[in-house]
Amino acid sequence: MSEVEKKPIDFMGIRKSAAVFSIILVVASFISIAVNGLNQGLDFTGGASVELQYDKPPELDEIRSTLSEAGYENFVVQNFGNETSVLVRLSEAFDDELAGRVTDALRASGDELDLVSSAFVGSQVGEELKEDSGLGLLLALAVVLIYVGMRFQFKFGIASVVPLAHDVIIILGIFSLFQWTFDLSVLAALLAVIGYSLNDTIVVADRIRENFRKMRVGDSEHIINESIHQTISRTLNTSGTTLAVLLALYFFGGEAINNFAIALIIGVVVGTYSSIYVSASLLIVLGVTREDMLVPPKEGLAGQEEEEEQPPEWLNRM
Amino acid sequence: MLNKYPLWKSLVILIAVVIGFIYALPNLYPDDFAVQITGARSSTAVDERTLERAVSSIEEAGFEVKAASINERNGLIRLQSAEAQLKSRPLVQSVLGDEYLVALNMAPSTPDWLRSVGAGPMKLGLDLRGGVHFLLEVDMESALEQRLEAYSSQIKRELREERIRYRGGDVADNNSIVLTFRDEAARAEAFNQVRDQYNEFVLDQRSPGEEEFELVLTLSEQEIRQIEDYAVEQNLTTIRNRVNELGVAEPMVQRQGRERIIVELPGVQDTAQAKRILGATANLEFRLEARQDAPSGATEVLPFRNEPNRTARLEREVIATGNNVANAQQAFDENGQPQVNITMDGPGGDMMNRATRNAIQRRMAVIFIEFRTETEELMVDGEPTVVENRIEEQSIISLATIQSALGASFRITGLDSINEASELALLLRAGSLAAPMYFVEERTIGPSLGQQNIDAGFMSVSLGFILVLVYMLIYYRGFGLVANVALTINLMLLLACMSILSATLTLPGIAGIVLTVGMAVDANVLIFERIKEELKAGMPPQSAISAGYSRAFVSIVDANITTLLVAVILFAMGSGPVKGFAITLCIGILTSMFCALLVSRGLINLTYGGRKVDNLSIGGKLSNV
Repeated sequence: MSEVEKKPIDFMGIRKSAAVFSIILVVASFISIAVNGLNQGLDFTGGASVELQYDKPPELDEIRSTLSEAGYENFVVQNFGNETSVLVRLSEAFDDELAGRVTDALRASGDELDLVSSAFVGSQVGEELKEDSGLGLLLALAVVLIYVGMRFQFKFGIASVVPLAHDVIIILGIFSLFQWTFDLSVLAALLAVIGYSLNDTIVVADRIRENFRKMRVGDSEHIINESIHQTISRTLNTSGTTLAVLLALYFFGGEAINNFAIALIIGVVVGTYSSIYVSASLLIVLGVTREDMLVPPKEGLAGQEEEEEQPPEWLNRM
Repeated sequence: MLNKYPLWKSLVILIAVVIGFIYALPNLYPDDFAVQITGARSSTAVDERTLERAVSSIEEAGFEVKAASINERNGLIRLQSAEAQLKSRPLVQSVLGDEYLVALNMAPSTPDWLRSVGAGPMKLGLDLRGGVHFLLEVDMESALEQRLEAYSSQIKRELREERIRYRGGDVADNNSIVLTFRDEAARAEAFNQVRDQYNEFVLDQRSPGEEEFELVLTLSEQEIRQIEDYAVEQNLTTIRNRVNELGVAEPMVQRQGRERIIVELPGVQDTAQAKRILGATANLEFRLEARQDAPSGATEVLPFRNEPNRTARLEREVIATGNNVANAQQAFDENGQPQVNITMDGPGGDMMNRATRNAIQRRMAVIFIEFRTETEELMVDGEPTVVENRIEEQSIISLATIQSALGASFRITGLDSINEASELALLLRAGSLAAPMYFVEERTIGPSLGQQNIDAGFMSVSLGFILVLVYMLIYYRGFGLVANVALTINLMLLLACMSILSATLTLPGIAGIVLTVGMAVDANVLIFERIKEELKAGMPPQSAISAGYSRAFVSIVDANITTLLVAVILFAMGSGPVKGFAITLCIGILTSMFCALLVSRGLINLTYGGRKVDNLSIGGKLSNV
């Protein structure tokens, strides 16, 4: 720690390599999404699913052949969580007895099993959900751009939205690469990542703004580097605690929120990285200057030194 | 004095914390598994003797009964386990018979003193307690068509009464009715007649050919909206009635968007029965048999329900529908055959009387209408696509000669079985649907899965919580302890807020809590790092604390407001699981800001404020700089 205190780490020194790294990741993600596509969950595709609990681990292949013999087509059979629970997904539309019929068909082959849950989503509903979700993501990004643009400055707005898009694309890329199921809960995680990564970016941006006003020496790169240095232990600590709880969620939260936890874990790691290397580098590229940070002088007060932003008066009274 | 809160401020924080504690407390008392007994009819109340019978039947089966009580008209038997609950329900039902409805329920075990201040536990979502979830879509096209049909017969009758001669009058596409007249005078007369009586229509006169005078009645946009609204609202009411007839405890029936309805039935496992009753679009129509000389456009040939090969030719005009039924009871006729006794409401009785008084010795048909969805796979553009076909099935259940003018009360015979008769009576009583509905989403969650989800959620919240506590304590020492107390209070306030708002806790909601726990310390971390920095810069401890809190304030607010914005969007756009997550995230952000800015500050002030301090226990070798 003590060495760090004396001399700031040269974060921005490797920003060119970091930029190349980010670009490669984003391009790779796009390629993976284009080639593999996303393994969309039932929520988005529509269809039916049945979750079964066996007494002893079944042979998935036998289940598949049993179902084929029973006349089902276009289905996926996979383990869900542990080896005794099985998830059957069908593109076939649901009716009253489908869940029961699948259970019966499998029971007939001599296994002991229980129906844990079943679901059916109409294709129309899935289609609408997909549209709404995409719209929600875009809306979230737009609102962030506007808020940060107003609160800080337009360049900061760009510098906070681009890393968010970067994070979202990389998570989508990883999900498509490993063909993990992308369902509603993962979508919620994506939006939470936007919130989290934004949190990080804002804290860094806030310090950059403060330092631009306070520090009279050094170029933008130096000031930005200094700001990152000052906030790095906060960034790592918050990421650390958040990662800790997410790991708890991943290992103990149950199968249903596994993908949610994975998306958030990737998001926190990538988000922490992007708030430093994407957001801050972008500020340098956009050429943020000290002048950008000056509060526009009020009439009659020209020349007066701008003041550091103060918390509202009520807080000081507290 | 620096870093000292005035007494009133400490009191305000204390009071907030105490209130939070009281309202979070009920969540520590787990719900009891229970079976609820209700009278099948509103006149039947559950008495001590009935309850006694139910309790002894459960005890005989070897399950322990925790408590049994009567609240108002319902009986509630609390049991030890989910298994006992599941097995007791059919037992009790068979002992008590059809006069009572027995439903699974989760009974809160909140102590009385807490209940007296209005505190109660959070509601558990379906994914945590098991049950079924349906999303139904109202078929607006047929709602509009039905209404137009009704208008069309009414207008035609009025034109006949006014002796204005017309042709056509059928419902055309794009929500309109087209009437054709022989001359302009007749059309003008009809125009005035319709304009005065029906402001729902936009009227249009046109002459497509020589000697052809048409009057086109198109429903106004506003009226279409109204009909749609009415259809959804009416269906909501009907579904609520039907759910009540099913005897489900704490059901949820809610409108979603313009044309959808969500139904959640906790504890229900038999989806087939629930679906049959909820989705049953069975309705009745009363129509006359067509005369021999009736023009074919005004008639329709329908099969009999029991003998599909036999058909009858009926008038298209509807005398009355099941919507006009005020009451319906299943009964038996002289020969012991099932029948349904029907009482019409005022207008229904009038319509029936007016139509039958001039039709004595003619025959009247009772038509049973059912809507079903059938799916088939078609090849569209070379890709297999599942197409949903909505099929309307009409069949005659009885065709009887009218002996004398019918009034408000009459009976329907010709039903297959007692079951069919009682189901028809139930459907007519609970009200028919204003428009057919289709199931577009369905989810069943088994009770074991629910418990599993609760356990997993609880486990991950506690583990995450402990990890954060340890982390903070090691890294920030004394200040870490303060942050930990603030975090604990934060979690408590979050639970209290959710209980007060009676928000529903779902699995994604638990994930939201976990995430909040992880992120809530962020504000404290920001503040503590700032204090460390100020100390490093040589500031004395007291001023460093003050500066740390006030300088970190701006970052905290900016960071949290942006996150809050995203969470609000998530809430507004999301459905189901996403909403549950968003709501905990929103509340969590607010409570964590309160805790970091006021509670942790208060604690620090209590510890260090108002005295001379040389050393802060904030971790790292900084204090000697």
